[in-house]
This record gives sequence, C-alpha cells and structure tokens, in this order.
Amino acid sequence: MQPYNLGKPNLQAFADTLLELAENDPDILAVTSDSRGSARLGYFGKQRPQQIIEMGIAEQNLVGVSAGLAAAGKKVFAVSPACFLTTRSLEQIKNDIAYSDQPVKVVGISAGVSYGALGTTHHSLHDLAALQAFYNIDIVVPADNFETEQAVRQAVQHPRPVYLRFGKKAMPDLHAPGTQFTIGKAILLREGADVAFIAIGETVHPALLAADRLAAQGITSSVLSLHTLRPLDEEAILETVQNCRALVTVEEHSVNGGLGSRIASLLMQHSLFRPMRIVGIPDAYTITGSQVEVFDYYGISAEGLAGTAIALLERNSDERRQS
Amino acid sequence: MDIATLEFKSIQYRRSILTMIKEAGAGHTGGSLSCVDILNVLYNHVMKVNPGNFRSPDRDRYIHSKGHSVEALYTVLTDCGFFPAEDLKTFCKLGSHYVGHPTRKVNGIEQNTGALGHGLSVAVGLALAAKINGQGYRVFTTMGDGELTEGSIWEASMSAAHYKLDNLAVIVDRNTLQITGRTESVMTLEPLADRFRAFGFALREVDGNNLSDLVEVFEQLPFQIGKPSLVLAHTTKGKGISFIENAVDWHHHVPSDAEMGIALAELSQAEANWQATYATV
Repeated sequence: MQPYNLGKPNLQAFADTLLELAENDPDILAVTSDSRGSARLGYFGKQRPQQIIEMGIAEQNLVGVSAGLAAAGKKVFAVSPACFLTTRSLEQIKNDIAYSDQPVKVVGISAGVSYGALGTTHHSLHDLAALQAFYNIDIVVPADNFETEQAVRQAVQHPRPVYLRFGKKAMPDLHAPGTQFTIGKAILLREGADVAFIAIGETVHPALLAADRLAAQGITSSVLSLHTLRPLDEEAILETVQNCRALVTVEEHSVNGGLGSRIASLLMQHSLFRPMRIVGIPDAYTITGSQVEVFDYYGISAEGLAGTAIALLERNSDERRQS
Repeated sequence: MDIATLEFKSIQYRRSILTMIKEAGAGHTGGSLSCVDILNVLYNHVMKVNPGNFRSPDRDRYIHSKGHSVEALYTVLTDCGFFPAEDLKTFCKLGSHYVGHPTRKVNGIEQNTGALGHGLSVAVGLALAAKINGQGYRVFTTMGDGELTEGSIWEASMSAAHYKLDNLAVIVDRNTLQITGRTESVMTLEPLADRFRAFGFALREVDGNNLSDLVEVFEQLPFQIGKPSLVLAHTTKGKGISFIENAVDWHHHVPSDAEMGIALAELSQAEANWQATYATV
C-alpha cells in the first residue's frame, strides 16, 4: 500500500490560497455568515480586513449581497457551511446567482458529513443534487490540497457561477508533482483493467486505498478523480469505464442525484453497460459519528470499497459463466 | 424633467401597461399601475442611467424587487430608449426575452427578479461595492408591500443599516393590497414606518402617485448621512383606472374588450384634463 503524505484540511488550503490571491487583487472579497472561524478565514480577516464582509447569520442575505457585489465587478467568494448555504439560500443561489448569471463563487464549507457527529442539521448530502438541477452553476469538489488550491485559483477568473465544496479534515496529498488541474477535466490517478473507481472530493482517498488493497490481490483498478461534476468530463468517464469490467462510484453525498446517478445516466445513454455500484450515503436516517466513522459505516473505506469491487467482479464472472 | 411632462408620461405609461397586458392576455395589472409613477420619476428625473451609460461602472442602479410589476418597468425602459417599443409586442410570447418578470436579457435590467424578497439584498451588495470602491453611484430598489413578509427583506435591512449605506434608496409601494386581500388581513405590517426606522432607515412618507411629491422627496436623498433611505410611498393599487383602483381582483386580471374600452377612454379623458390644465398655464 502506498503511503500518502498528510496535508492540511482543504478548507485551510482554500483560506491560504485565497489570502495569497487577495493580497494581489483588491477586488477579491470573502463574504461570511459569522463563519470566518469555521472557514479558516480568521487570519485572512486579520490580514485583509477590508476584503472580508460580514453578514451575520443570514445566509439568504449573504447570497443576495454577494450577487450584488459581483454585479459591481467584485470577485466574490460567498462562504458559509454547505448545509445552510445550499438549503436556506437555495433560492438566492438559483435566482440571484445562476439565473442572473452573476459569477459568484459559492463556497460550501464543512460539506458532506464533515460535521458528522453534529447530526443531520449539519450534513449536506443534497447539495450536488440540488445544484445539478440548476442551469448555469458549475460544481467543483476538490479531493486534496492540490486540487483545492488549483480550483480556487481558477475560480477567481471563472466566467460562470461556480460552487466549491470543501471538507474540514486534514487530507493526504494524492497527486504527483506536475499534475495538471483544469476545472472540468477529470484526473486519472491510477489505470487498471478490472475495476474503475470514479470518486469525487474526499472520497478519492479511500478509493485509492481500495485500489492499493486490490492490487495486492492481483486486481488492477482505475481511479478517476472527478473533481468537477459540472461541466462533466464525459470523455474521461466513458474511456475509464470502457477499459474496465466493473464500476464503483464513490461520493460523500446521497446516492440519489449525485455523482453516481449522473454517471449511470451518462452510461445508459451511451449504451455502455458494466456491473455498477453507487457508494454514498444511502436513502435512510443518516448515522452520526466522525466523518471517518460515517464513511466506514457506509463502506466508503479501503476495505468497504475493495469488498464492493470484488463482489461486482465475481458477479460479472458468474454471469459470464452462466451465459 | 418638469412635472407637466412627467404627468403626461404617466398617462401614456398607463396606456402602454394596459395594452401590453391585454395583448399578452397576462400580466400584473394592479401593481404595475400603482408603481408606475415611482418608476417614471426615478428614470426621468432622479437616476443617472440611460442607454448611453448602461455599461458604465458609474451609472446609478435600479433593482425591481417587486418583479411581477414588470409591465411598468418595460414601459418606462422603452420610453427611455433602452429598446424599441415594438419589442413589447412579444411580451410573454414563446421565446421572447420580455417575460413576465425582469431578466438581464432585456437591455436596461440589472438583475433577474420575480421571486419576492430578493431585490434588497442585491441592492445592498451594489451599494456596498460603491462604498468599497469609492464610487459615487446610487442604488434604488422598489419593493411591494406584500413582499415585506419575506424574512430576507429584514436580513437585508439590517445589513443596509449596519454598513451605513446612505447611497441606497429603498421605495416601498404601499398600496395595501396583495393577491389574497388587504395586507393587514393577510399578515400585519403596521406600524410599518416604525419597523423600518427601528431597522435603521431614515424614512420619508409620500403620496406615491403624486409626481411633484415624489420629485420633492427624491430630491432630499439621502435623508440622513450614514443611513439608508426608505421612501414609504402610499399608493393606490390600480391607480388611474376607476374600476381597477383598490380592487383586489385586479392583481393580475386581464381587461375584457369592454373594460379595455372604458380604461382607454378614462386615460383619454385624463389626457384631455392634462391639456386643459397646462394649456391655461
């Protein structure tokens, strides 16, 4: 099993990158809802007090004000916990930003089950589904510090509204030096012939660990970091799936309406059929615990994902023998 | 612009609003007629925005928070030369940019509105950007009284006062009616002036269908340095057409041929009265 160097939380990578960019661009603004601490933007606020706008705990107003600031030419990062930002102010994201084409960078912090033990009020397992149904907002969920830093840099100049989703746990560095990152272009981290893992955000790491575990058993895996859900890199997905016998999608999101169902839809419409499992948070009362504990419980782990892959491959073999 | 010309325009604007709604078979009749005098004064007398400077960062901004009264906005914008009046014949037709609520596809419109309670937050953002940038433009937004029950209005009000946005002017079209009935029976808004003052606005009350009163109040902006201004404009829903005035059913009622005939006749009479008044001056 390959070791991965532990980096910092993607949220910290976001805050550090934003500060660096803001020092050279006075038009960059962070807009917060009493959330600068949670967003790791406390230091940013001290260093660039004129570039952080406090809205208090009022997410609807935060998003509407961000749209107005962007309309006046500001490069706005609207930052609030994903669980509140993409539910309470969903209508503002839809109308004030996406429909009105105001290129705000909507930043959902502590997303998915980052706040696992705090309960369902603090989980965001719906945001990818909700935002995918809105026209004109791109969706980027970085896997590690490198993807986060690159996503933030590119978001500043991104011509359309974009949603960025970050977790709060320290993340391992998954990419080799020199890797290219472009919003909308998936990154193939591992290439194999047996099973393909297509993962998004903080689930890319367990997918890689599962691939390592399978390799020890002689099973080769592809691992695709699909950091951008919109625009979807259809070519990379189709090619990756084409080259493998089975597919496992992995996401820190409801299994309804997220990465897995989007890919299933794509494959069906291209008549590309493989045994497939969508691994995510099931349609049930969500268990609470730390993010890692919740991941383990739902099989978003090296062991869980490897087991899912083996079961799929065995079923595939059985079906071939029977036919 | 002088009051006589503004008054003449308001008569023409009411004719345009009714014609647009009649031809489309849809629209928000009562609310457009109540707020059109406000838009008339803003666009023709108060705001520094026109087709020539609409892309300039220093233009004044207008956000139509009560987006359903789009017929009034389209009418005033076309009169100001933002687009040909002919375009309005496509109002609410398949594929037209002239839809039933404002969108940025239409020249002159700053922000898509129509879901209520959104405009003030966007206006706060625009006004805040001017303060940050040291720009001198002003921001105006008109809200309906029915939409004031949206909580986001009060979030936005707090932030307007917190950031001392005296470059922001908020107009409330206080016609006291909404689709279900009187605002006070749907959800109590009063004491409305006290509520806005308590949230940090400097406030003036005005007859929102009286053009000279509107001119006078807008010329006093900002009402107080360091505070956002609020114009509580007491209006009559359906103003200018006798049988539409104060009639709840006319929220989005489309006039019949007979009703249209009477309405146009009343506007012709208003025009004759205007001629008589100003011919003697």
